[in-house]
Amino acid sequence: MHKLLEDSPGKKLLLLGNEAIVRGALEAGVAVCAAYPGTPSSEIANNLFFISQEPSSPLYFEFSTNEKVAMEVAAAASASGVRSLTCMKHVGMNVASDVLMTLAYVGTKAGMVIVTADDPSMHSSQNEQDNRCYARFSGLPMLEPTSPQEAKDMTIAAFDISEKLELPVMVRTTTRTSHVRGPVELERLPDETVKKGRFQKDPRRWVPVPAVARIRHEVLLKAEEKARSLAEGSRYNHIDGEGSLGILATGVGASYAADAINELGLAGRVKFLRLGFVYPYPDKLLLEFMQGLKKVLVVEELEPFHEDRLKVLAHEHGLEVAILGKKSGHFSRLYEFDPGHVKEMIADTASVEYRLPAMPDLSEIPQLPMRPPSLCPGCPHRETYNGIKEALKALGEEERAVYPTDIGCYTLGLLPPIQMADYLLCMGSSVGTSAGFSVATDHMIISFIGDSTFFHSGISSLANAVHNEHKFCLVILDNSTTAMTGHQPNPGISLRPPGYDKPRVEIEKVVKACGVKSVVKVNPYKRKESLEAYKEVLSKDELTVIIAEAPCILYLKRVGGKR
Amino acid sequence: MDRKRILITGVGGQGTLLASSLLGEAVMAEGLPVRVSEVHGMAQRGGVVESTVMIGGIESPLISKGCADILVGFEPLETLRAISRCNKDSTIVTNITPIVPFTVELGQAEYPDIDRWIDFMKKNYKMVIAYDAATAAKEAGTPKALNVVLLGTLIATGLVPVSVERMKQTIREKVKPKFVEANLKAFEAGLSKC
Repeated sequence: MHKLLEDSPGKKLLLLGNEAIVRGALEAGVAVCAAYPGTPSSEIANNLFFISQEPSSPLYFEFSTNEKVAMEVAAAASASGVRSLTCMKHVGMNVASDVLMTLAYVGTKAGMVIVTADDPSMHSSQNEQDNRCYARFSGLPMLEPTSPQEAKDMTIAAFDISEKLELPVMVRTTTRTSHVRGPVELERLPDETVKKGRFQKDPRRWVPVPAVARIRHEVLLKAEEKARSLAEGSRYNHIDGEGSLGILATGVGASYAADAINELGLAGRVKFLRLGFVYPYPDKLLLEFMQGLKKVLVVEELEPFHEDRLKVLAHEHGLEVAILGKKSGHFSRLYEFDPGHVKEMIADTASVEYRLPAMPDLSEIPQLPMRPPSLCPGCPHRETYNGIKEALKALGEEERAVYPTDIGCYTLGLLPPIQMADYLLCMGSSVGTSAGFSVATDHMIISFIGDSTFFHSGISSLANAVHNEHKFCLVILDNSTTAMTGHQPNPGISLRPPGYDKPRVEIEKVVKACGVKSVVKVNPYKRKESLEAYKEVLSKDELTVIIAEAPCILYLKRVGGKR
Repeated sequence: MDRKRILITGVGGQGTLLASSLLGEAVMAEGLPVRVSEVHGMAQRGGVVESTVMIGGIESPLISKGCADILVGFEPLETLRAISRCNKDSTIVTNITPIVPFTVELGQAEYPDIDRWIDFMKKNYKMVIAYDAATAAKEAGTPKALNVVLLGTLIATGLVPVSVERMKQTIREKVKPKFVEANLKAFEAGLSKC
């Protein structure tokens, strides 16, 4: 049995933040979940997937082709009275945002939770956007845990809030809350979950044509005010201590602030507001917090989300309080925080002494060799890259080539000696940007995309390329899995996790159905044959597709080589 | 309560994450507050993998410059890379068998003189235990148990509030049954190094 299905109330397990979210959803009776994987959210989807494969699983889970589809699956389940959850990395929310912004208007029925896992410092991402901004943008409530126990509790709370307001509720984590382990106390799992609901037709609610949308926007604004009073009274927003210095902190910043306050001996002597229900802004609580303060230090990673709100409130209410944070230069809008820096800034603002422990002189230590991530030894992508490079050399076209790339292990083709990744924006961008390069330059355009990314957001761009007569060569690196995020299945896979028997959508058929005339499939390990194929395809002055098909070697090992 | 910040560092595939979660489980079983933080995703592909174990009510998942009480290095270059997180009172437990990065193999960088830097550590830090943990793991029956060898040495320092028996019990409960015996042997080997 999956460890998260253990029904032993009171028992403590050492869980990852992401696992705690799954346990919370299970305790809340979630029955339909859908997701596209992405670090740092992936363990949520992976655990839901394994749970869904248990003999008497309490839930339905699918790896959807992208975050937008996943959010639509979850939205419809909720509208039908079935509790649902979707999770994604921060940039996945951009893909799903078209759903999100209008889902906020039509609302939900059964509880629906959207988990967004942000990645300050970009440990595994192309940007470090602050998805709290999506809560404000959409008008939807957002909770942000700081520990695995809170991650579980807040997930349960999010389902309840969602049902109270008939709105989806977001739970935001960051890399440091998703990937921290801590003790989590189990509560009862429901005896049964509601897996099938009934959709109650109501076009004036569920079909946002302009006349309906105008009404629903008003409904949303009213619900946002209800959510604000929930935030103002929430047990996840609380004030400790008193004094003329206030510290407001959220997310992992609250952990750093709490440790600093303790270790600097400031406990009780500063007014410390921890915010876990981060949106809507709990205005009454924020005003109460600022009463009598001379200074407030706001400790929040990335955007000055609460700092700016405090300034608005202070201005509206004529409060004479210095609000310090990003604008004052105490903290940066860049990257994740360092706990030592937070401690230094709190000590400085509170005018107490803080000295680093004595350290030896390290100036003699030389520059140390790096260990950048690289393609695994024997990785099929390496073969494909080298083969195409050789073909271009043989054709005398190497100088003219530009390589738009995409998101996956193969992005590492950026590094020497391969260096065949020139332009990247987001999932699926290889195909659309190739179209742009082909009309705006005389370069030879050869772009790379993985199998999972192709299904995520490559197909519509390929149809566009056919229709608009763009000329480039798209190389689909088909390793039969979503390798980078930990080998999740996608519609095109021929290698399957045990017990996974969903039908296959063949990439070659999809490419041909889009109308691409010149399509070849190669096994990149067969170097001679592939080289001839590359040369032939790359000589053509039209849209071409090469499917380089060879399974990820790590995954092949894991599933025992069975195809 | 005694607060301890433990930094564990190594290279992807060395089992740093399993070591930190085993330690976390054992601390929890001792009834003490604990947090373990891990690195996942892109960094795991042959890169540096760091984790922390925070004991005694510390909430922060990260360890800043000069703030580690104990550094456990699975690979000597990585121990050296993490050394700025130690202070003069820190304890260092490190393996001395190098895993040469491909940047060195390609001639882009030079692997540091490990003997010299282990010497430096011994002179400048409170306690340093450096030995060939890879061989110790092999002798115990499985090279994969390097992580548990080092865990044994960490427990033997007496600086972590986990008893030898508790740690063994945790290994019995959390390691796959067919590897338990080899891991217990590896743990004993690590214990004897302090």
